[in-house]
Amino acid sequence: MAEITLEKVVKKYGAVGVVHGIDLSIAHQEFVVLVGPSGCGKSTTLRMIAGLEDITGGLVKIGGQVVNDLPPRKRNISMVFQNYALYPHMNVRDNLGFGLKIAGQSAPEIAKRVAEAADILGLAPLLDRTPAELSGGQRQRVAMGRAIVRNPDAFLFDEPLSNLDAKLRGQMRAEIKKLHQKVKTTVVYVTHDQVEAMTLADRIVVMKDGHIEQVGTPMEVFNHPLSTFVATFIGSPPMNLLPGLIEGSTVRLADGTGVPVPDRLKQFVRDGMAVQLGIRPDDISPVGHGLSQDGPGAEVALTVDLAEPLGMESLIYTRLAGQEVQAKLYGPRIVQPGEVLTFRLALDRAHLFDAATGKSVRAQ
Amino acid sequence: MIRALTTRRTEMAPFLLLLPAIATMLFVVALPLVFSLWTSLTPYKLTKPDTLYDFIWFRNYIRIFADWDFWEAFLRTIAFLTVAINLEFALGLGIALLINKITWGQRGLRTIMMFPMMFSPILVGFQFKFLFNDHIGVVNNALQSLGLTDQAIPWLVDANLAMFSITLAEVWMSTSVFAILLLAGLFAMPRDPLEAARVDGCNPWQVFRHITLPFLMPFAYIAMAIRSLDVARAYDLVAVMTDGGPAGRTELLWTLIARTGYDEAKMGQANAMAYISTILSVLFTWHFYRKLVAARRYMGGAE
Ligand SMILES: Nc1ncnc2c1ncn2[C@@H]1O[C@H](COP(=O)(O)OP(=O)(O)OP(=O)(O)O)[C@@H](O)[C@H]1O
Ligand SMILES: [Mg+2]
Repeated sequence: MAEITLEKVVKKYGAVGVVHGIDLSIAHQEFVVLVGPSGCGKSTTLRMIAGLEDITGGLVKIGGQVVNDLPPRKRNISMVFQNYALYPHMNVRDNLGFGLKIAGQSAPEIAKRVAEAADILGLAPLLDRTPAELSGGQRQRVAMGRAIVRNPDAFLFDEPLSNLDAKLRGQMRAEIKKLHQKVKTTVVYVTHDQVEAMTLADRIVVMKDGHIEQVGTPMEVFNHPLSTFVATFIGSPPMNLLPGLIEGSTVRLADGTGVPVPDRLKQFVRDGMAVQLGIRPDDISPVGHGLSQDGPGAEVALTVDLAEPLGMESLIYTRLAGQEVQAKLYGPRIVQPGEVLTFRLALDRAHLFDAATGKSVRAQ
Repeated sequence: MIRALTTRRTEMAPFLLLLPAIATMLFVVALPLVFSLWTSLTPYKLTKPDTLYDFIWFRNYIRIFADWDFWEAFLRTIAFLTVAINLEFALGLGIALLINKITWGQRGLRTIMMFPMMFSPILVGFQFKFLFNDHIGVVNNALQSLGLTDQAIPWLVDANLAMFSITLAEVWMSTSVFAILLLAGLFAMPRDPLEAARVDGCNPWQVFRHITLPFLMPFAYIAMAIRSLDVARAYDLVAVMTDGGPAGRTELLWTLIARTGYDEAKMGQANAMAYISTILSVLFTWHFYRKLVAARRYMGGAE
């Protein structure tokens, strides 16, 4: 059993705080992804769990045991580093078996487990090469193999795919997912790629400036972002945010356009409240082209500024209430700049954020 | 025709341009080499120039192979080399690891560490000769004042102690070669594999043994290759401190060669010894170079 618990964990370098007291509990066998922009403290948090970084304050527990003062070797965790950190002077076989050798396993046992791991990851033909003789993707697999041979209580990944090209990244992402289904273990995975976060995670932890912004399943985080930060960070292209004022049951946008307040949010808003209306590009689409959507909505006529055809769909840049917004056209139709189309805003999926705090009105 | 001539000329151009260098090389390196090889095949005596033309085949070599004094100096040189290089490696490694750890005053220490290399070996020899002098030497004085011994220890007179003292001076003078190269290695060392090893279950000693040390070995082999040349031609320190004495017990190859060539004027025989000694140096260097190449193989290309 290896649940990982962080309680008010703080990290400071000298006087500079980097992680400001985060609380997080990760269940046994759960796949948790830490996402956030560069410099928000993801790696630092992960390294504190690994024991590679001192913990300034708070508690880190693995399997119920406080590990604050345990060196990495006593925590029974494996880590995959961003640039793989293979041992350059050992061949693949020795790289994979090194941890077992240090743990004092017998040679036949090491050989057996290395062969198993090599099999899972397709490394069998490469066992006698040194890291210098491998491609980036192969090195990445060796790094993963080195992590799994030891049967650790938890895997820690620090942006393991960021050095790979897009295609390989997609492949390895799928392999990691399969691997986790096969080798059920607690995983903490750091990335700033929100696609990785959405596809891999049981739960996503969105971090910003050393704080946790939101924790939830990928769908919770996507459908119910608790702040404008999460709303724009998760989802691509990012959610459109339009400033406005609440007038009764209408959101009055900057140019006077009125949009009805979605029913499910009515109870959370006050008259005169300054808000930001959040609506994803996927929820603004031209009427009569491609998918038709039902449910409550508002229709507006907008001029196309620019269209980016992506094959089966196009990304449309237009202006709404004096502000650039992105919209999606589902269908192979080519749209020309200057065209005026009627767009429908799917308001049942729109969000309202308090303009003063940036928090979702539902969170107040 | 003219065209053929000009292409000929442009083909020749590199050689023409290199000619001065080639000539200098021939004159400075090849000529003396051939000359000394020739003399080693003659009974050449500095006092009798005519002996230079008296070709005696390998009689010089046969004579020194049968000479126990030569073999003693030969083996002593190898032992001296082995002991000095290993001690310097161990000490240099220790110093490099310590200096790598400290963050404050590192630059200053790095400079101080190089001081011994700034002195001429002759001066180092004189200094150690003074330190180890049985009557007025600082070492004996200190030992006596501390009450560790009440008699004068004959550092440079006792056969075994003399060799020890010379080794000590040599190690003092040159440990920094290892320290500097190994420190450079430590600076170049990637941090990730060290952390990976810690996560993989290594304690600090195992990290050092399995990750740091293998990474540093190419640097150590470079230092060893350099030092094996240095030590194999060790002359000045020994000449100044003991001059091969007492009773030839600190005689190394080059002191023996100098004595044979200059004092006894048997230049032919001295050159024969010098040839063997040179081959010995080359063998040592070649050995370390091979190890270096083997150790570097995995470092090539990536990382
Ligand atoms: N040794 C250090 N001394 C001082 N500050 C540091 C040190 N290491 C990291 N930091 C700071 O801590 C903050 C968090 O760093 P961290 O590496 O955790 O970011 P990250 O979220 O992993 O970012 P990235 O996505 O770029 O890897 C950064 O602002 C960084 O500048
Ligand atoms: Mg990072």
